[in-house]
Amino acid sequence: MTAIGKYWRIALGVAVIAALIIVPMNFNRYGLYILSQWAVMTIAAMGLNLTLGYAGQVSLAQGAFVGIGAYAAAIMTTQGMPLIVALGVAIVLCFAIGWILGYPALRVQHHYLAFVTLAFSTLAFLVFRNEDWLTKGIYGISNIPRPNVLGFATNRPLPFYYFCLGSLGIVSLVMWWLIRSPWGRAFVALRENPVRALSLGIDTRRYTLMAFAIGSALGGVAGTLYAPLTQYIDPVPFNLSLSLDLLMMVIVGGSGFFFGPFLGAMIAVLLPEWLRFTQGYYLMLYAVAVMLLLIYSPTGILGILDRYLTERRTKAASALRAVAKSRLETAP
Amino acid sequence: MSNLLDLLVAGLATGAIYALVAVGFTLLWQTSQTINFAQGEFVMLPAFLMLAVMHAGAPFWLAIILGILLSLLLLGLGFKLLLVDPMLRHGVLPLAIATMALAIGMKEAVKQFFSAEASPFPSIVPAGDVWVLGRVVSLQSLGVLALAIAVVIGLTALLNRTSIGHQMQATAQNPTVARIIGVPVERMILLTFLINAFLVALASLLITPIYLAKFSSGEVLGQAAFIAAIVGGFNQVRGAIAGGLLIGVVDNLAAAYVSTQYRAAVPLILLIVIILFRPQGLLGRPEERTV
Repeated sequence: MTAIGKYWRIALGVAVIAALIIVPMNFNRYGLYILSQWAVMTIAAMGLNLTLGYAGQVSLAQGAFVGIGAYAAAIMTTQGMPLIVALGVAIVLCFAIGWILGYPALRVQHHYLAFVTLAFSTLAFLVFRNEDWLTKGIYGISNIPRPNVLGFATNRPLPFYYFCLGSLGIVSLVMWWLIRSPWGRAFVALRENPVRALSLGIDTRRYTLMAFAIGSALGGVAGTLYAPLTQYIDPVPFNLSLSLDLLMMVIVGGSGFFFGPFLGAMIAVLLPEWLRFTQGYYLMLYAVAVMLLLIYSPTGILGILDRYLTERRTKAASALRAVAKSRLETAP
Repeated sequence: MSNLLDLLVAGLATGAIYALVAVGFTLLWQTSQTINFAQGEFVMLPAFLMLAVMHAGAPFWLAIILGILLSLLLLGLGFKLLLVDPMLRHGVLPLAIATMALAIGMKEAVKQFFSAEASPFPSIVPAGDVWVLGRVVSLQSLGVLALAIAVVIGLTALLNRTSIGHQMQATAQNPTVARIIGVPVERMILLTFLINAFLVALASLLITPIYLAKFSSGEVLGQAAFIAAIVGGFNQVRGAIAGGLLIGVVDNLAAAYVSTQYRAAVPLILLIVIILFRPQGLLGRPEERTV
């Protein structure tokens, strides 16, 4: 029974990946832009999911890390450096800042960390806006080149979409490995019961900082893709509301579930396009829907699915037990 | 140096308003572990409720009364029954995130149903200047300061001198024991939500004439109130008051003496420093950590 379930799951995965590759082939420029944006935001949300969903630390600064990554990519590639160098710089920079920013998390309860990261988010925005010599301030940086990947130019929308999708694939594989590694299990232990984790010999300090830093670094990765995607950046997209949006994506999809960010980012990026007809009411409806969802299931959409599957499994198991019991009773 | 007094008075006036908002914020946290990320929007909304009543043709004084009543109903009772009560069993974090969604919803609702533009709002303190210690000080600043101080004194008296206040404090400190000794805990929690709604409505009435009524004005106010609450002490009413006044003054001084570009950064840096070195806040007691 479980073997069939596994095959189904693999088949579904292959079908989804095939669809993501084949279906967009005849999309127009805008459709590809939206899908690329989905891939980029999914990477950022995956990072936040590691921090929030697996390690249980609230961060309101993920948008700022996307901004740091985007500015690193924009500044370096417009100076003629390859994107891969900018990616390395963004990862190291975001990891280091995330590590430092994680320190307050060690001293205080989780909601204080929310406020520290909120403050950091606003500070980062002020730096993006005010340091003209580096970021060109409110005028922004334009003509950001798109990279050549393995000799292929990604200037046109379709190749660039494949570049984003490929990056998402690589990040997903790394994440999949990370969550199943001893590190990932330590992160979950940290969230579920920090005292017990500590007594089991997990260095909770180091792992808390690690979860925060890796999550932030993924925000930076998303940023380095965001800059060549839009080819123009200014400070506005990286204000606090991006951090809040990313947090909502993780929560709506299902924090602590591997596929939560994929679903959450899809809802946040694609739904506005489908709900064009509601005009300005879209965000209001979205906010109300998020509140209702949280009341019903604080673990998001995948949480509902998970609860349903568990329920079915328990029912099946208890049915089996009942059958076994009745056999035992009729046997003698 | 000559305008230092002006800056101080203006800073104390805005600070007193921040204090009102921060006090409500800490009260909700103490009695029901609610971190209200929509607190800024709670200040933004009552002004629009009052404006809506005035557009319907009512005079200003009636608009104030109806606005406060509507705030008590929506931001006090409605907020508690519709969002906090069903969410509380899920824990602190999901509730905090739900209030972030509420903040977005409130902003968008005002933008859609009212206006995306800033609207002027009448002041309850007459415009004009008075002479204090040989200097001209705006009457509005003084009036705001006086009203806010009166409310804070009244609230402190309520909490410390009356039986209801003692019951509320008992509820905040230890709900289980409070219930055993006969405090109607549920009613006390509802009362804190109503007090918060009253405080934000009052803050709205005082601050909106200065900054205009705009759907997005809650963002800055909310942040100032969080910072005030944390800097002063999350678990102390007097901490929130001190924090509010401090942030108001620091904000105004920073505008004058630090570059205007980085004015907004000064309270944020103060916040980070406080959290790192004195997480319980200037006047707060260390909270027992679960970890």
